[in-house]
Amino acid sequence: MTSKSPLSFQLNTDDFLPATDEEKQNLVKMRPSVSFWKDAMSRLRRNKVAMISLAVILVVMIFSFIVPAFYPYRYEQQIKGSEYLHPMAYSEQEQARMDAGEKVFPHILGTDNLGRDYAVRVMMGSRISLLVGLVASAIVLIIGSIYGAVSGFFGGWVDTIMMRIVDIIYTIPDILLIVLLSFALKAPIAKLAARKGFGWIQVMGPNLISIFIVFALLYWVGMARIVRGQILTLKQNEYVTAAKALGASNARIIRRHLLTNCIGTLIVTTTLQIPSSIFTESFLSFLGMGVAVPLPSLGSLASDSLNGLTSYPYLLMAPALLISLIILSFNLFGDGLRDAFDPKMKS
Amino acid sequence: MLRYVVKRVLLAAITIFLVATITFFLMRMVPGGPFIAEKSISEQAQAALNAKFGLDKPVWVQYKNYMTGALHGDFSLSLKQRGRTVSEIIASKFPISAKLGGLSVLIALAIGIPFGSIAALNRGKWLDQLIMVIATCGIAFPSFVICTVGMYLFGVRLKWLPTFGLTSPLHYILPIFSLAFYPMAYITRLMRSSMLDVLDQDYMRTARSKGLSRSRSLFKHALRNAVLPVVTYVGPMLAYTLTGSFVVEKIFVIPGLGGQFVSSIMTRDYTVIMGTTIFLATLLILMNVVVDIIYKMIDPRIQLK
Repeated sequence: MTSKSPLSFQLNTDDFLPATDEEKQNLVKMRPSVSFWKDAMSRLRRNKVAMISLAVILVVMIFSFIVPAFYPYRYEQQIKGSEYLHPMAYSEQEQARMDAGEKVFPHILGTDNLGRDYAVRVMMGSRISLLVGLVASAIVLIIGSIYGAVSGFFGGWVDTIMMRIVDIIYTIPDILLIVLLSFALKAPIAKLAARKGFGWIQVMGPNLISIFIVFALLYWVGMARIVRGQILTLKQNEYVTAAKALGASNARIIRRHLLTNCIGTLIVTTTLQIPSSIFTESFLSFLGMGVAVPLPSLGSLASDSLNGLTSYPYLLMAPALLISLIILSFNLFGDGLRDAFDPKMKS
Repeated sequence: MLRYVVKRVLLAAITIFLVATITFFLMRMVPGGPFIAEKSISEQAQAALNAKFGLDKPVWVQYKNYMTGALHGDFSLSLKQRGRTVSEIIASKFPISAKLGGLSVLIALAIGIPFGSIAALNRGKWLDQLIMVIATCGIAFPSFVICTVGMYLFGVRLKWLPTFGLTSPLHYILPIFSLAFYPMAYITRLMRSSMLDVLDQDYMRTARSKGLSRSRSLFKHALRNAVLPVVTYVGPMLAYTLTGSFVVEKIFVIPGLGGQFVSSIMTRDYTVIMGTTIFLATLLILMNVVVDIIYKMIDPRIQLK
């Protein structure tokens, strides 16, 4: 081809050749489709604070659910002569045994007034606190989401009545309901535990079961309000009308279309419910209404340590710091989840 | 406006009535009674006491008697504290709790609002991060942890502050601080997020571009709009704080309403439970109305309905 004048309008015919397959491939550079879950998870993974909190939660879980099984001391085991040992200290008998060449596992956090190893008690205590947090939140999730969804979906007078009930439960002081309900539940649960097939209640302790039920009866109201708010906006969507037109039942629309669409909110609210349940349980144990002795919870450990605060402050510090750490991690992880699932939603 | 007042008063009356009714029957469902726990009392004496307070009548009759009395402003005698009326007990305990609670809410507001705003204005910088770390810790630490650790540190170790009672101004510092910690942290976070919202609004840019100084635009426009969520939170919170926190009152040995309430639940002092619950519910509803009115004052666009 001869060189052409720069002012010429003549077009280069090479530019108009059909594209090869390879070139076509290069043009079709579509982003791989990212699902809602993948998107949220990748956002979550990039959030350092949330990942550290998750790691802390996992470590605490390992220490509270797995380690006690291998620990050389049991939480209710009273070692005579080892009362009120300071952290890493040994009693005279243990010192004598060690001098004789025996190996004695150190009391990492010392012992309490009955000579029980404090480290294993703190681990058991956090197991109870975590258990309460997780189970209570699961129950709250189920009741709250169903109640809120029904109330929001049907609207009108159904909504008005259901939300008035929520308002009233909000107005009665928490502590009154908690105390009264746990007294009221004591007898029926004990009766149930005596029946055949319900022996597991005795293993977990009737008090713990009644705490679950009380939390479930009380704290679903917050969840219900949030879910109702979401459903109110979601039900305006065209796909709900379409599903209705196709003859889907109300239950199906709520289950398949509405609740699945507020899954992000549900996850976030449940995660943030966990620390608040732990909070309340520790408070109850502090009151002396929580788990039954000798089972410890972080709240009851902290409460017991108050009597000897002047001489044995470490008995307070361990459970107090641990419960703060657990609640802090769950809160931060929940915040991270919220940012990941719904970047627009603010606290 | 008149419609608003009538509607609010009616709704309040219905709510208080329902709360009282539920509480009344809930209490009776729970096993045990006010005079059963005392072993020293013989059965005849128990029966006599029950008869004196009308507890031997059917629950429905008791309910009717109580409600008629309450409507006439008579909340009857305490079952456990001989010779004292419930109104007297509340009148003697409430001021103690209210003084502590009111001061702590004031402190929480005085610290939370400026610090939340400062954090929002310095978004992403170290000052913001520092404030948020402290605020997040404040939300995570249960009140009994704050109380006990504070008591150990300042009372037992450093011996700066007394650890129980309320006899001098120094005695107030630890309980007030313990009470203020959580709301302070919460208000800081709330204030920061709502301030961030407001700073993004168009009217903020307009205010600046029409020549308003930075401080004037912040105080006249941003703060006014951003403080609304805080008002919503503080209203009900104030009602709960004024009536006293059981944990704080127990740890610092303060004779307030919160401790009184829990001990009356434990001993089944039915009349005190009822009186305190009605008192708290009324206060709560009153606070919600106050919130509505303050809303209207801060933001005249809002219509009360």
